[in-house]
Amino acid sequence: MGPRTKVILLASVILGTLVWLAVGGIQETKTYYVTVAELQQMGPSAHHKRLRVAGDIETGSLVRDGKRVEFVLRQEQLSLKVRYEGSDPLPDTFREGAQAIADGTLGPDGVFRATRIQAKCASKYEASPGTSLVTRRSPGS
Amino acid sequence: MENLGALAILLAFGLSVYSVLANLTGRRRQNVYLIRSGERAVYAIWGLLSLASALLVYALLTDDFRLAYVAKHSNRDLPTFYKFTAWWGGQEGSLLLWSWILASYASLVVYLNRHRLRDIMPYVTSVLMVTQAFFLLLIAIVARPFDVLAVGEEVIAVPDGRGLNPLLQHWAMAAHPPALYLGYVGFTVPFAFAMGSLIARAPGNAWIHVTRRWTLITWGFQTAGICIGAAWAYTVLGWGGYWGWDPVENASLLPWITATAFLHSVMMQEKKGMMKIWNVGLISGTFLLAILGTFITRSGLVSSVHAFAQSSIGAYFAVFLGGWIGVIAYLMLSRLDYLRTEARLESVISRESAFLFNNLILLASCFAILWGTLFPVISEAFTGQRVSVSAPFFNRVNVPIGLLLLFLTGVGPLIAWRRSSWESLRRIFLWPAVAGLVTVGGLLLAGVRHFYALIALGLCAFVAWTIGSEFVKGALVIRARTGSNLLASMVELTLRNTRRYGGYIVHLGVVLLFVGFSGAAFNQKRVVEVRVGDHFEIGRYQLQVSTIEQGETPNYEWERAIVQVYRNGHQIDVLRPERRFYKSSQQTTSEVSVRRRLNEDLYLNFAGMTEDRQRAVIDAYVFPLVNWIWIGFWVMMVGTAVCLLPSKARVQKEREPALEAAEVPGSITG
Repeated sequence: MGPRTKVILLASVILGTLVWLAVGGIQETKTYYVTVAELQQMGPSAHHKRLRVAGDIETGSLVRDGKRVEFVLRQEQLSLKVRYEGSDPLPDTFREGAQAIADGTLGPDGVFRATRIQAKCASKYEASPGTSLVTRRSPGS
Repeated sequence: MENLGALAILLAFGLSVYSVLANLTGRRRQNVYLIRSGERAVYAIWGLLSLASALLVYALLTDDFRLAYVAKHSNRDLPTFYKFTAWWGGQEGSLLLWSWILASYASLVVYLNRHRLRDIMPYVTSVLMVTQAFFLLLIAIVARPFDVLAVGEEVIAVPDGRGLNPLLQHWAMAAHPPALYLGYVGFTVPFAFAMGSLIARAPGNAWIHVTRRWTLITWGFQTAGICIGAAWAYTVLGWGGYWGWDPVENASLLPWITATAFLHSVMMQEKKGMMKIWNVGLISGTFLLAILGTFITRSGLVSSVHAFAQSSIGAYFAVFLGGWIGVIAYLMLSRLDYLRTEARLESVISRESAFLFNNLILLASCFAILWGTLFPVISEAFTGQRVSVSAPFFNRVNVPIGLLLLFLTGVGPLIAWRRSSWESLRRIFLWPAVAGLVTVGGLLLAGVRHFYALIALGLCAFVAWTIGSEFVKGALVIRARTGSNLLASMVELTLRNTRRYGGYIVHLGVVLLFVGFSGAAFNQKRVVEVRVGDHFEIGRYQLQVSTIEQGETPNYEWERAIVQVYRNGHQIDVLRPERRFYKSSQQTTSEVSVRRRLNEDLYLNFAGMTEDRQRAVIDAYVFPLVNWIWIGFWVMMVGTAVCLLPSKARVQKEREPALEAAEVPGSITG
């Protein structure tokens, strides 16, 4: 075997492994962006998929009880009840009236169980380095 | 005044177009005067953009709230320093900064090469000015920094601005964008030289020699920008993360990865005349990714849920990038003969092959990150459904890549060019391998079971040993000849071949970075709600909230928890995490308090009081080894600076042949 063939072989093994890792990673973490309207029409498939919904946190809906946080996410005329079940503290920008993005799954009771929440102040700041959306999560999670 | 600023930008745009035309026509007709006039236009652009920037900064400093930009990104009570940094606090201003930096670089390039490389310089200047014209078009038409607030025909001024985003009111966020931009923009210069020599079919590797320092300095700025960003995230966002694979973070990392690959693969071209196509491709890719990075950061292409509608500059960037890809592809395909390689790979166990794999792996990582970052856009284009991937995807792919690269960092510089025998491999790598295995064994005995952390720390020991032994071996030779002590000999050694030993120092910095990254496997976290006087524990620390203080400044109101830190019953420190409420923007932020030590950081975030105001909510974290990331960064910076020093080696080559002979195995001289 010439050195060229060997290099190509070794390279294929490395790249193959990486592709395998990447495909697995995508399957495991892919999150579908949905609107509240789409979410309500999804039926049972909404209970298995990881979903991302966005909207405004309705004023007066935020309930904090110890570490449990519940609120209503409003998108146009529709609203969605969200319960935060993540372990990380919520970002500073999370408060009533702010825009929020919730990642999680829809529970059988119709309450969205979010494991991660991003928030930004309502169209007050445009995207700028590192601040477009302030997220709090640990690097490994 | 705002008219003057807008006029300056328009004039600069006109001049940049003129410069491109003058340079290209001048080159074709061999008209020296036309080329000179095209080059002087570059200086004029710099002058005009300096004026525009000065006007914008003046407006910010004097609270001129007639300007929309000032009203949006500043307020009266903002400290003067942050009024200045508001220059790059928003889209319009930061694009102006981009343009100004490019104009500065371009002026420097034109000035430094005014007497040499006359053959390719017109093309180089043209490439720079095309890019300049594009950014000037953006700030002249789409993102205008000098717009005034107006109702009908009337110019109005608001009484006070909305203020700079409080999260940006931090030294690191003041320094991060300029450093990153100095990097992003700087990649345009080596790219312009690559294109110039390609268009002119300039003989030899002149463009690589000319741009070596540019690329290194630019790479240094980019590294600094990324690290400052990480340091900012660590202290400002309040959860102690320094890297979250956010689209904007990835955008800054992508060109850095290709630039790193480029810095390594140019050595192949210089030494062996190999990988010429690859190098042109790499530097072009770096330039395109730098533009894409600016685009991703500025347009919110990926981060927002409904992206395309929001960005007005997206189409401009798409056209600009697409145009360049076409030009680059045409130039490379039409000049394949010029890029032909001069040598072939002889063995898998050789320096050449190590470089090849280094490049392959870096590119794989770059591709994976790019794919993951653009995944929502790609999936929307193909399936109509926006789908995103998150941090675990990036970690899964990039952790093994990082470890493989770390391994190559140890192996690559030591194995010989062309081919290496198993015997010489055994001789070189026996002790480093022992050092790595001993480290892993020791950690296993200490109870560490985390797989990746074990591998990473073992490899760190392996690589550190190879680098250390290179320094010691070389220094011993010098000591034997000069009689000076070992340390002085090492300094002498480094100065004799700055490029090689500077590179080793950068590698050492990378090793320290990995030590810091491995620490994340042992992070500890606790969220507690405690009354004043209560104790709680995390790691080896016992903590007690002794008081809650409150106060106010013109800019914000604050509340602070005073936390006594004990270990084994002895008080060792007091931490003061703080929570701020910024008045003008109505936003709260956390000012964390960190006890920084080499072995671990104790990191406290005061998340506020509970609803009944009886208990303080404290997020407590222990981050082992995290400081080695910042130390590694500084070591990398020192190494980069050493690489930039001129070597003493060339002068002494003839006089000391014995030393050169002693510097085998494997030298990256040059």
